[in-house]
Amino acid sequence: MNLFGWAQAVIFLLLVLLVTRPLGAYMARVFEGERTWFQPVFAPLERAFYRLCRIDPATEMSAASYLLATLAFSLIGLVYLYALLRTQKWLPLNPQHFDNLPADSAWNVAVSFMTNTNWQFYSGESTMSYLSQIAGLAWHNFVSAAVGITIAIAVIRGVTRTDRTTVGNFWVDVTRATLYVLLPISIAGCLLLVSQGIPQNFHAYQDVVSIEGFRQTITGGPMASQEVIKELGTNGGGFVNANSASPNENPTPLSNLLEMFLIFCIGAGLTYTYGRYAKDQRQGWALFVAMAILFAAGFTVAYASESAGNPLVHALGVSGGNMEGKECRFGVAASSLFAAVTTDTSCGAVNAMHDSFTPLGGLVPLANMQLGEIVYGGVGTGLYGMILFVVLTVFIAGLMVGRTPEYLGKKIERSHVQYAILAALVLPVFALIPTAISVLVPAGTATLGNAGAHGFSELLYGFTSTTENNGSAFAGLGGNTYFNILMGVVMLCGRFLFLIPAVLLAGSLAGKPRAPVTSGTFQTHSPVFVGLLIGVIIIVGALTFFPADALGPIVEHLQMLHGKSF
Amino acid sequence: MISERRLDRRPKARSLFDRAILSRAVIDAFRKLDPRWQFRNPVMFVCEIGALVTLLFFLRDLRTHGPAGFDFAISVWLWFTVLFANFAEAVAEGRGKAQADFLRRTKSDTKARRVVAGREEVISSTELRKGDVFRVDAGELIAADGDVIAGAATVDESAITGESAPVIREAGGDRSSVTGGTRVLSDSILVQVTANPGEAFLDRMISLVEGAKRQKTPNEIALSILISGLTIIFLIAVATLSPYSIYAHTAQSVTVLIALLVCLIPTTIGGLLSAIGIAGMDRVLQRNVLAMSGRAVEASGDVDTLLLDKTGTITLGNRQATEFLPAPGIRIEDVARAAYLSSLSDETPEGRSIVVLSEQYGAAQGGKPADATFVPFSAYTRMSGVDVPGAAPIRKGAPDSIRTWAREQGAANADVLSAEVDRIARAGGTPLLLAQGGTILGAIQLKDILKPAMQQRFDRLRKMGIRTIMITGDNPLTAATIARESGVDDFLAEATPETKMALIRREQESGRLVAMTGDGTNDAPALAQADVGVAMNSGTQAAKEAANMVDLDSDPTKLIEIVEIGKQLLMTRGALTTFSIANDVAKYFAILPAMFRLAYPEIDALNVMHLSTAQSAILSAVIFNALIIIALIPLALRGVKYRPVGANIVLRDNVLWYGIGGVIVPFIGIKLIDALLTALHLT
Amino acid sequence: MNAIDLKDNTLRHLRIALVYTIVSVIAFGLVYPFLMTGMAMLIFPRQANGSIVFIGGKPIASALIGQLWTKPQYFHGRPSAAGKGYDPTSTGGTNLAPTSKKLVDTTRQTIAALRKENPDATLPIPMDLVTSSGSGIDPDISPEAAHYQAPRVARARGMTTASVDALIDRHVQPRTFGMFGEPRVNVLELNLALDAQKPRT
Repeated sequence: MNLFGWAQAVIFLLLVLLVTRPLGAYMARVFEGERTWFQPVFAPLERAFYRLCRIDPATEMSAASYLLATLAFSLIGLVYLYALLRTQKWLPLNPQHFDNLPADSAWNVAVSFMTNTNWQFYSGESTMSYLSQIAGLAWHNFVSAAVGITIAIAVIRGVTRTDRTTVGNFWVDVTRATLYVLLPISIAGCLLLVSQGIPQNFHAYQDVVSIEGFRQTITGGPMASQEVIKELGTNGGGFVNANSASPNENPTPLSNLLEMFLIFCIGAGLTYTYGRYAKDQRQGWALFVAMAILFAAGFTVAYASESAGNPLVHALGVSGGNMEGKECRFGVAASSLFAAVTTDTSCGAVNAMHDSFTPLGGLVPLANMQLGEIVYGGVGTGLYGMILFVVLTVFIAGLMVGRTPEYLGKKIERSHVQYAILAALVLPVFALIPTAISVLVPAGTATLGNAGAHGFSELLYGFTSTTENNGSAFAGLGGNTYFNILMGVVMLCGRFLFLIPAVLLAGSLAGKPRAPVTSGTFQTHSPVFVGLLIGVIIIVGALTFFPADALGPIVEHLQMLHGKSF
Repeated sequence: MISERRLDRRPKARSLFDRAILSRAVIDAFRKLDPRWQFRNPVMFVCEIGALVTLLFFLRDLRTHGPAGFDFAISVWLWFTVLFANFAEAVAEGRGKAQADFLRRTKSDTKARRVVAGREEVISSTELRKGDVFRVDAGELIAADGDVIAGAATVDESAITGESAPVIREAGGDRSSVTGGTRVLSDSILVQVTANPGEAFLDRMISLVEGAKRQKTPNEIALSILISGLTIIFLIAVATLSPYSIYAHTAQSVTVLIALLVCLIPTTIGGLLSAIGIAGMDRVLQRNVLAMSGRAVEASGDVDTLLLDKTGTITLGNRQATEFLPAPGIRIEDVARAAYLSSLSDETPEGRSIVVLSEQYGAAQGGKPADATFVPFSAYTRMSGVDVPGAAPIRKGAPDSIRTWAREQGAANADVLSAEVDRIARAGGTPLLLAQGGTILGAIQLKDILKPAMQQRFDRLRKMGIRTIMITGDNPLTAATIARESGVDDFLAEATPETKMALIRREQESGRLVAMTGDGTNDAPALAQADVGVAMNSGTQAAKEAANMVDLDSDPTKLIEIVEIGKQLLMTRGALTTFSIANDVAKYFAILPAMFRLAYPEIDALNVMHLSTAQSAILSAVIFNALIIIALIPLALRGVKYRPVGANIVLRDNVLWYGIGGVIVPFIGIKLIDALLTALHLT
Repeated sequence: MNAIDLKDNTLRHLRIALVYTIVSVIAFGLVYPFLMTGMAMLIFPRQANGSIVFIGGKPIASALIGQLWTKPQYFHGRPSAAGKGYDPTSTGGTNLAPTSKKLVDTTRQTIAALRKENPDATLPIPMDLVTSSGSGIDPDISPEAAHYQAPRVARARGMTTASVDALIDRHVQPRTFGMFGEPRVNVLELNLALDAQKPRT
């Protein structure tokens, strides 16, 4: 560890902090339909969307109706992408003449991108036509992110509204999220990334002959326009297999910083948006601080562990931090930072191979996901995940001060606890049970990249990542039909079985009156509450996953210290 | 007779851990093993299933020569875990059951003298129906709940209140209700029945104290959902651990997995949850308050606004004369003498206090006139006075009325003392003017006397986050002053039943929970509207029906204690939930290394407690898990202490005690048990 | 919501979703990437086209993408798991666990090979030279890795080690803004500089 490593993390967090307020305030204005900078440019487009799709922007929806719209849009998007992948061979923009995807693989990819997971069993550079990349995957990067933001806004509205029982208009929110939030940042970010070297073309791959005479095929394509939304929308699906470790997708430390910034900015901004809606910025900052602390803890462990390196390699006479699977331009610090960032959120982009991290370094991204990806989180999903944790924390804290628990002045009652618990069950059910099935069936262990405890970690990581719609992997795990199908199901359940109770919770809170604050009410922005919130998040996550983690990364760490290899 | 009455009195404060209660609870603990009973409590149901399954494995071991000793030990302690939880519930129920038994004995069949068309007939009390009228004489038991419609009597209500001092019950007004099972000590009354047999107050009281029809409160249900959710999570975590351990080539026995499961699921709170609720209701009963539902007790912990009647709650019932202010040119002795004469026959407390004050100025020295005519107060004239032959008539009363009267008498100084009158009103007093013939003599200041120590009580309420609103019929000026002096936060002056109701609605619409006390029939709508309505037992049937609590002592400030009990109830649940979940950390560190030591020797690094063997580690965790329930029964029954220091501080302290403490305690406990087991060579 | 409402509502939303998908695919799936390509080509044509390096009009590499170097007179890059080595159409790492026997064995062989190739090396073997990169096409090595190879390159080129070291120092890319990333040397750039300084024999 060195000063530069720490400084990178600190400066990065400061940058995120810097943008939180303006971006958050901007998003609040956007979703309440107030005037913003981009109005003159995008308002005609927005109106065109409404006219073409026959959307009445003035009507609001109940929580149930909002959910129906979400499900309808997701279903159509899923079918569309599946069809596209199955027919790409006959469609334009396929200079490498890639074949159609097989059914199981197309199913996996379609679910993966629709659910904002971007789990990838395929290598983009040798599978996907440019049309599939831009009009299929990148389009989903936009809209699945927009759906996430939209759900977060609906949840925020429900939690904060006292005058109406509706939660907004889904189609209006999606349109505004894409046009006013995602698109402008993507345009600027894309050009910045191109300036760093990311290609943006529609050429066929170009063959070169190196000085030493080796033939090499240089990949290309519309990478930058996809790279930016992949990070901004916390999608994480790489244009190429190596994702952001590839110099094509992430050529310089500066592009690396920008990508991490893009991953965090909307999630962080939403905490401020939340404060705006709650008419109490402290509520938003409380969540921001809780998230920042969890982020710092994760980075610290990962950085320390990766810097300490692998004693098995040290024994061979080479010293230094763990560089297996890492790029020279990023080194240990920026790789640990990226790993924390990408799993704090539901992004899943990687700039180093998590599979080759030291056990504890690899435990950090795994644990980040096991805690629910609530550190800034996936665009939107992080915030509403955090709000569910807040509901549980408020319930316990409320009891401890002797009042029926209330949050933002709204009583937390039976139905709210029920929704929060239902959502909390999703991760244990879909991460642990499929892992258990997989260790028992031959197809589940056939493609493990490593033996011993680490092989188990690969499975656990895979199902945690797909349930949480993260998409990063201990990539030694190879794809097969079994995983393609099962993980597709897991991703669907992980997204929707979590999202539905969240929206219903918000719907049942919408329109409730807010009780005034008295000295009998505990403040949900006090340091004690933030501490308790972090405690609840860690305890719930740790208690659920400690046995599994103990048999994976933890025991592997101890074995590594004892010099064992498998 | 006296000794008999003592016997009749409801037992008030029996110790929680009375021997009789405990021995009965032990029997009940076994009776509650019935799975149909356990099923209501998912956490303990899982625990019982676990106990049963381990028992079966023990029986199998006996045949197959498996690790019978270990399986037996685990099974026994799992059964203990269930029994301890049952025991906690049974102890909590114990005191209520004892009281219910007593009340049932009180409820013996009595004879009643029904009055039909002017004739009396003797029938059994069970034949009385709503609307019937019966007569009760001195020494007889009142046969049914009802309203006194004629006569007045002293009644011994100790059978339900536990208080030996008799109370007066009389027709009309707010003290007309009588309760079946209480005894008339003097005089004779006619009572109209208000409740059919089986629906009487005593019946309701029996079922309440017994907890027979106890329904889970909304908060209890919400908490049950939370801990059931956690149970499911742990069920998944432990069930999936079985395949994981197969992958690690170290398959685990069912007994070990069940031991881990039971240690992880929140048995501490799950086992004590219903005991906490029952004990909370019981504590309310100890304060001599009958809560009609647990929901009402819980709601009282949430109260934001407390409506208190001024008279009787904040001030002593009566206003007292404190000062005479003579008009210009009048001697104070003359004022006192006139005040004395005018009040001699005035039997109101105010009148008597004027006599007392005037005597300090020697007003009694002139003696009492023989043939004075007392003119009583009337709402029409708004004054009272005295006509003494040979002297000008004396009148005292509201300033406006006296001035008008004096003017009619040809007064020259009818407008004097206006500044003083205003000052008295502003200072929270009631000004009276005194006039004789055409001369205003002076003003009398009547003042409310605040009950002692009210200021501290309101401070305490404020710290609890509760706003107090004083309800009074006084004018706003007077009300404001009394409000200021007594320390209430707000007041409703010139209150009528309608404005009271409107106030409650307004508070509720802004999201506040409102509590109020009342006794009169005209309080009934407001009592029903309020979230927590406490009726005085001395009050009318209508008030008692509308309220969700009845205070048998008829003490309006009792609400403060009920609020604290409500808060304690929730706090105890929260604290034990936190404690229960925090405990799991240590249990993981005890059991996981023990489970996987064979496959992964390195994992012994997690055995931070250095427990001696795998079996003793697992057994110690299970034993700790069972014993902690017993250890926490007193806390569950007495409740976590509540201090009104502000919610943030309460939260911090409870997080420290039960959260951090909950992490640390089991590390110590499990280590000690392990050391003990090892020392005794039990594993 | 009753059953009929639910059905109506679902159908209505499905209809909107269908049209919305078409409209938004055109906007974000087609117009946006083409617009960005146009702008990128205009402002950053070299980067947009893949930062191709030409020698004598012939494309020899992308400045971003590492290549396989085997001759002693050139600096070598890191071990690569991309295809048969530095294949941009098959990017990725080894994904071997830290406790993988295969990792330990491979690393042992790599170390042995390095020692054999660099008999004159005096510096300790740097970590990045014995570990595979994440992409398999890492264009960089650490300055330590370059200096480690300096004696070999110098001997092969008949230069002094000191002059090679000096050349390395001139081509070290420092941390961006003195803080982000790690100091590194682009292998292609360094090798081109070597060739420029002393043409191949």
